[in-house]
Amino acid sequence: MLLLTCPYCGVSADETELSPGGEAHLKRFGPGSSDEDFEGYLFMRHNQKGVHFERWRHTYGCGKWFLAARCTATLEVFGTYSAQTPEHPKEIIAKIQAKRSDWSLT
Amino acid sequence: MRHYSVFAIVKEALGYHQGWERAWRNPTPKAHYDAIIIGAGGHGLATAYYLGKNHGITNVAVIEKGWLGGGNTGRNTTIIRSNYLQDPSAAIYEKSRSLYETLSQDLNYNIMFSPRGVIMLAQTEHEKRGYLRTAHANSLQGVETRFITPREVKELCPIIHLEGPRYPVLGGLWQARGGTARHDAVAWGYARACSAMGMDIIQQCEVTAIHRENGAVSAIETTKGRIGCNKLGIVVAGHSSHVADMAGFRLPIESVALQALVSEPIKPCMDVVVMANTVHGYMSQSDKGEMVIGGGADGYNNYTQRGSFQHIEETVRALVETFPMISRLKMLRQWGGIVDMTGDRSPIISKTPVENCFINCGWGTGGFKAIPGSGWAMAELMAKGHSPLADEFGLNRFREGRFIDESVAAGVAH
Repeated sequence: MLLLTCPYCGVSADETELSPGGEAHLKRFGPGSSDEDFEGYLFMRHNQKGVHFERWRHTYGCGKWFLAARCTATLEVFGTYSAQTPEHPKEIIAKIQAKRSDWSLT
Repeated sequence: MRHYSVFAIVKEALGYHQGWERAWRNPTPKAHYDAIIIGAGGHGLATAYYLGKNHGITNVAVIEKGWLGGGNTGRNTTIIRSNYLQDPSAAIYEKSRSLYETLSQDLNYNIMFSPRGVIMLAQTEHEKRGYLRTAHANSLQGVETRFITPREVKELCPIIHLEGPRYPVLGGLWQARGGTARHDAVAWGYARACSAMGMDIIQQCEVTAIHRENGAVSAIETTKGRIGCNKLGIVVAGHSSHVADMAGFRLPIESVALQALVSEPIKPCMDVVVMANTVHGYMSQSDKGEMVIGGGADGYNNYTQRGSFQHIEETVRALVETFPMISRLKMLRQWGGIVDMTGDRSPIISKTPVENCFINCGWGTGGFKAIPGSGWAMAELMAKGHSPLADEFGLNRFREGRFIDESVAAGVAH
């Protein structure tokens, strides 16, 4: 069973306590943006087979949204961090690269 | 190709069954094909079959990473129905269901199509109103369905418990012509027919790159070398985003795990398919006597072909509520498949930003029932550049906001 540590309350929660929220770090486009940008924001996803940055909500705990880096091919979790982090955190990227030398952020 | 018939069986019986041929050839790839299909699952093989049968294009290769029919074609719960709300969905699923009726004869291969009927239970007032609406829509679309009373549900399926603790059965949407088929046989039958037309099915051959020249597809790189093509069809379900990435475009798709399970075999007790979408489980009985059970998909991206424990528990709990007599059945096997979910829960059969590259994906949790219709439409699209069945399912519908919103219509995975 998938275990993720909530960065707010520190609880190591299993997936029944959490709700998945899809790809993280999407750039938001709203009214006035081009059709392509708006479509990209709403629907297009990287859907990586490999390291995936994603959103989760600690629904049956503190209720807060957070972000996680997880491999979709092995279910290995590389770390979780606050939803208020605008860019992919350097320490998590370093942690992934320490384990997977050929991986880089695309 | 050796024709299968009762006379062939008698003849072979006299010769100790030594004379049967292999059902399909195992060729090495040629340097170039008119069309290449990536993915030898049901949809890919059906696409190749109708390219040959309907459009006369037989210089075709079907490339498969694993073995044919080893992905979701071999992992689903084999339900066939066409009781959809939206017109484009009803059109393609009904085409598919009608092709299933004669598929054994078309392919000269027994796919064991069993039109035993499908009931979708209405267990809330909302669901009842929804299915009444679907039944009306279906009668306009020429799809034969009917809303039936709880008593009729009980007559069709005596093991059902109408007065459930949470959600009593208020009726059901009945499609008498729906049913099940033997999933492996569908893949094997198409593969045999494709091979007989001279097409090459190349298994254990992974695509590693897609080459383009002047914005058009020219060749693919595989673990068995470079293969040239005029047209390319990507039909790889859960791995669609992965292969599309090789061709340089993105898709509105997320891949998640969907699970199914079967019980120990028991005596015949249920000769219809029952889907209970409010409590979220569905069940039918296989010819071997196993109860074949499916339920909801996981919510997070996953390529591992393993699903979460709590979804199995949720599905089984829902079905024990609906069919109390199965409460002491042992479950024999459980497995997962990776399904490709689109934003509107409807498939994509479309041209792509790359010239001469076509994609058929996004069938999500309900692809098996669509195999013949999907192959028919995809083949027409690849051969002619458009298809009445496929045109509404284009990739551009997400940009233009022309959704075929079956997620709202069904309320759940379908």
